[in-house]
Amino acid sequence: MVTEAISVRSLSKLYSTRDGEVTALERISFAIEEGEFVAVVGPSGCGKSTLLKILAGLLAPSAGDAHLRGTAIAGPRRDIGVVFQGPVLFPWRTVLDNVLLPIDVQGLGRDRYLGIARDLLALVGLRDFERRYPWELSGGMQQRVAITRALVHDPAMLLMDEPFGALDAMTREHMNLELQRIWMGKKKTVFFITHSIPEAVFLADRVLVMTARPGRIVDDLRIKLPRTRALDLMTTPEFGEYTRRIRGLFNVKGGLDA
Amino acid sequence: MRSTRNIVLSVLLFCGSIGVWEGVVRMFAIPPFVLPAPSQVALALWRGFSSGLYGQHLYHTLLETMLGFVVGSALGLVLGTAVALSRPVEFFLYPYIVMFQSLPKVALAPLIVVWFGLGLTSKVINAALIAFFPLLVNTMVGLRSADEERVSLTRSLAASERQIFWMLRLPNALPFVMAGLDVAMIFALIGAIVAEFVGAQQGLGMLIQSMNFNMDVSGQFSILLILSVVGLLLNRGVTMIRKRVLFWDPSEK
Repeated sequence: MVTEAISVRSLSKLYSTRDGEVTALERISFAIEEGEFVAVVGPSGCGKSTLLKILAGLLAPSAGDAHLRGTAIAGPRRDIGVVFQGPVLFPWRTVLDNVLLPIDVQGLGRDRYLGIARDLLALVGLRDFERRYPWELSGGMQQRVAITRALVHDPAMLLMDEPFGALDAMTREHMNLELQRIWMGKKKTVFFITHSIPEAVFLADRVLVMTARPGRIVDDLRIKLPRTRALDLMTTPEFGEYTRRIRGLFNVKGGLDA
Repeated sequence: MRSTRNIVLSVLLFCGSIGVWEGVVRMFAIPPFVLPAPSQVALALWRGFSSGLYGQHLYHTLLETMLGFVVGSALGLVLGTAVALSRPVEFFLYPYIVMFQSLPKVALAPLIVVWFGLGLTSKVINAALIAFFPLLVNTMVGLRSADEERVSLTRSLAASERQIFWMLRLPNALPFVMAGLDVAMIFALIGAIVAEFVGAQQGLGMLIQSMNFNMDVSGQFSILLILSVVGLLLNRGVTMIRKRVLFWDPSEK
């Protein structure tokens, strides 16, 4: 049997609030293979961020179990890279030092990873910016630094929580192309959360569709569009077919915020 | 604001007010033990410095202030860190720290002089006691104000709490700590002077006291002038360090 990159079985998460218990996730099950690019799409408050935090080991589930690469998640681990919606950089570190944060934390030795960090910065087009500070960079550039930081310790898996949600539409499309390029070069498993249906269809091999209250997976869609995908793809009937089908799920179940 | 015109205006304003002061004192023949003329203050200043009297006392006051500042800041930094990191410490200790802080230190100074004598020690302790509180509060707030997303990100890399402290919480607290140092510097000077008033053999505070007994008001004015200039320079010193340390902080730009 092949070990799956991510395997989740009847996972539930309850929050207790002042008004009683809230079910963020209800009996969620899915599996993701090594090297797969999986997007999770759903409205705000459907628990997709909670799901990512559980996979990152930052939150404990209330019931069910989650395995990464064959081992149960028991806290944060070193073989994943996480990207949040904001770049979450440290203003007192230069771009290069920000990228090297995982190396510092995990004591992997800067000397060995300096070259890797520089190559990655070149890959995302930030070769000449390594000595700059985050506040000297635009939002899109900062987010590229964050992606570089998530890749520097060569994790097997990337967990991304609406990484381009705060960017303007043009920058966002550009970043989608870059992410596809990086992913095709590195072949890492990517778990990508978004609330944009076109973004999910454009990037992913598979789209998991979630609805809110309680958070459930209502569809698991395989996107059979050829790679490398160009932005023109978004205007094709096949692409429209996928987005229409996903949007249909939300119209039945209630609105989507994008 | 720093145009040539404004600088000239500022100098004129200063000279003008000194001139008015001098003129009023001469015109109404105000006795020097009530309000000395600026020329008399300048004379007292010159005499005090040329005889070496002011220099010697200034040295002692500065020494007390700096030592008090260092001891008080260090204490505030350590206690603030302890309170921020440990709920039990906060629960059991913090109420007493606040109670102690609400005591007027002027009222405490006589006791400190009784306990620690007329020498350097009592001044340093009094200066440190006043200087430590702004650091305590600012360190506490600074350490706790680390952005949740940054904490999550660092934690997701499998960082230990110790690493999160050194790599994130501490640098994040620096703007707060530096603002605390700013205040603590001036507080330390006040603490040293107050203790010198109560009982001392040396220092500018003691000098003001003895001049007061001799009705030497121009002398007192000259020392007040020294103290305000010293306060300004100490503050500038801290500000310069702050700008260097916090080059990345938006509030410094």
